[in-house]
Amino acid sequence: MITKDEVEHVGWLARIDIDDADAEDYAVKLSSVLDYFGQLDEVDTEGVEPTYHVADIMNVFREDVVTPSLDQEDVLANTASEKDGYIKAPRII
Amino acid sequence: MAEWLSISDVKRKISKTSAEEVTAAYLETIAKSSINGYTCTYDGAIEMAKEADKGEGEGLLAGVPIAIKDNISTKGLSTTCSSKILEGYVPPYDAHVIERLKAEGAVILGKTNMDEFAMGTSTESSCYGVTLNPWDTERVPGGSSGGSAAVVAAGEAPISLGSDTGGSVRCPAAFCGVVGLKPTYGAVSRFGLISYANSLEQIGPMATCVEDIATVMDVIGGYDPRDSTSMDREMKYRDSLVDDVKALKIGVPEEYFGEGVDEGVEKAVMDAIGKYEEMGATWEKVSMPHTKYALAAYYTIAMSEASSNLARFDGTRYGPRYDGENWHVMASRTRAECFGKEVQRRVLLGTYALSAGYQDKYYLKALKVRTLVKQDFEKALSSVDVLMGPTMPMPAFKIGEKVEDPLSLYLSDVNTVPMNLSGVPCISVPCGLSDGLPVGLQIIGKQYDEATIMRAAYAFEQNTDHNKARPSEVI
Repeated sequence: MITKDEVEHVGWLARIDIDDADAEDYAVKLSSVLDYFGQLDEVDTEGVEPTYHVADIMNVFREDVVTPSLDQEDVLANTASEKDGYIKAPRII
Repeated sequence: MAEWLSISDVKRKISKTSAEEVTAAYLETIAKSSINGYTCTYDGAIEMAKEADKGEGEGLLAGVPIAIKDNISTKGLSTTCSSKILEGYVPPYDAHVIERLKAEGAVILGKTNMDEFAMGTSTESSCYGVTLNPWDTERVPGGSSGGSAAVVAAGEAPISLGSDTGGSVRCPAAFCGVVGLKPTYGAVSRFGLISYANSLEQIGPMATCVEDIATVMDVIGGYDPRDSTSMDREMKYRDSLVDDVKALKIGVPEEYFGEGVDEGVEKAVMDAIGKYEEMGATWEKVSMPHTKYALAAYYTIAMSEASSNLARFDGTRYGPRYDGENWHVMASRTRAECFGKEVQRRVLLGTYALSAGYQDKYYLKALKVRTLVKQDFEKALSSVDVLMGPTMPMPAFKIGEKVEDPLSLYLSDVNTVPMNLSGVPCISVPCGLSDGLPVGLQIIGKQYDEATIMRAAYAFEQNTDHNKARPSEVI
């Protein structure tokens, strides 16, 4: 059973604010899904390699050629806060 | 009353009138609709139709209207993944599939409703509200491409695009009685598809008949260097439309008919397999022993990838922003206010599964189980040409019936997720009704062998009347 404190910690890692009432609800619902995931323990995977993706493709390279990028004005059109041609964000540290 | 039209029907209409008139008629039907299948229509649709009229029928889809799922980027047209976190976002570029559609003269009608970020089986988790199933408006259309399926079923578009991460094209196709294809992983570029679980998802077409699926695939399929998982091999989809299944060997996995499969669904699917026998095919039971674990592996991988892919939505570059004294507070508030509950649940579960101490227990274990599921397909498909079973274990359920219990909703994906784990192509075609609601037959093939599953689907359609069944009341 995942605890309310663990839900809040995972919320911090995932950058999602979780209030007390929601944390209780999530603890119950996430626990039932995690219990379900737990059935994977029944499978013997000794010596089995993981499959990260199914495409039969490895190491895709291209020539290092400069290509046009998106127009600055178009990109800035979608931000909630812009200044002097940049996206303005609150401080990170 | 809206009409069900194939691409050839639409082209006939265009030759008698014009692409502009046909598009205008669709827009009028959409404006009167009450099934909530579209999130928005495209202001430039009539202009695109006029351009098609000037081109005098050049292009595989010249003047043919198409509806696009709201997670596929369209330059100048709102793309929100049916989420508040992308409210107001207008992409500055087209997805690869949109470039291809435009090059062949298609007319974009608008964007279709979906489960938020493609997470769901019912289209109930959209911030725009649920889409109603045209067969019974008290029922869900399936998900997550519910809008794309419902608008085709309701005659509000002849064809549409969806995306399939764990069954999201096939499930709504089955629930709405239309055809839906999940191509081989890598057959259609994902450039411009807003990622949810990138190692699993594929863009796929939906239509009223198999021939139209092949035509759309001839347009959108093929290599794109901008997607590093795009496959560089030539495929001609319409060439596979041959009405002949003599000598076709069908495998019927016993695990796809387990507990919880509706009696009417099972009967319709077994009758369909009987029809193949009449048509000269043979069938045998096969076993896919790891099917039981595919669902847990799928959700672990999908949620882990979602927690990473959705990290970009923090209110900085697009969408609404909630203020905070620093970036962490701003992002955490924005994400809490703008992500719906199902998206939050999946991001939290994915973050948990990838967090220190749990990676090996959940994520790595799921990737190893994925290998075993993939091997099940390779083994079964080494002795038969295709596999067949029900697309969904039940017909469309009632709105609200499963929404409060996420696990019960996840369990309904049991027959569709194994194919996404292994990357094989699969198609859902209508094969009858259960209690007056459509049932989908799922046909699964080897990787890159769309030709065989489409031939099987086409032959079935040519020799039965199931695809002629229509919703009795289309509003």
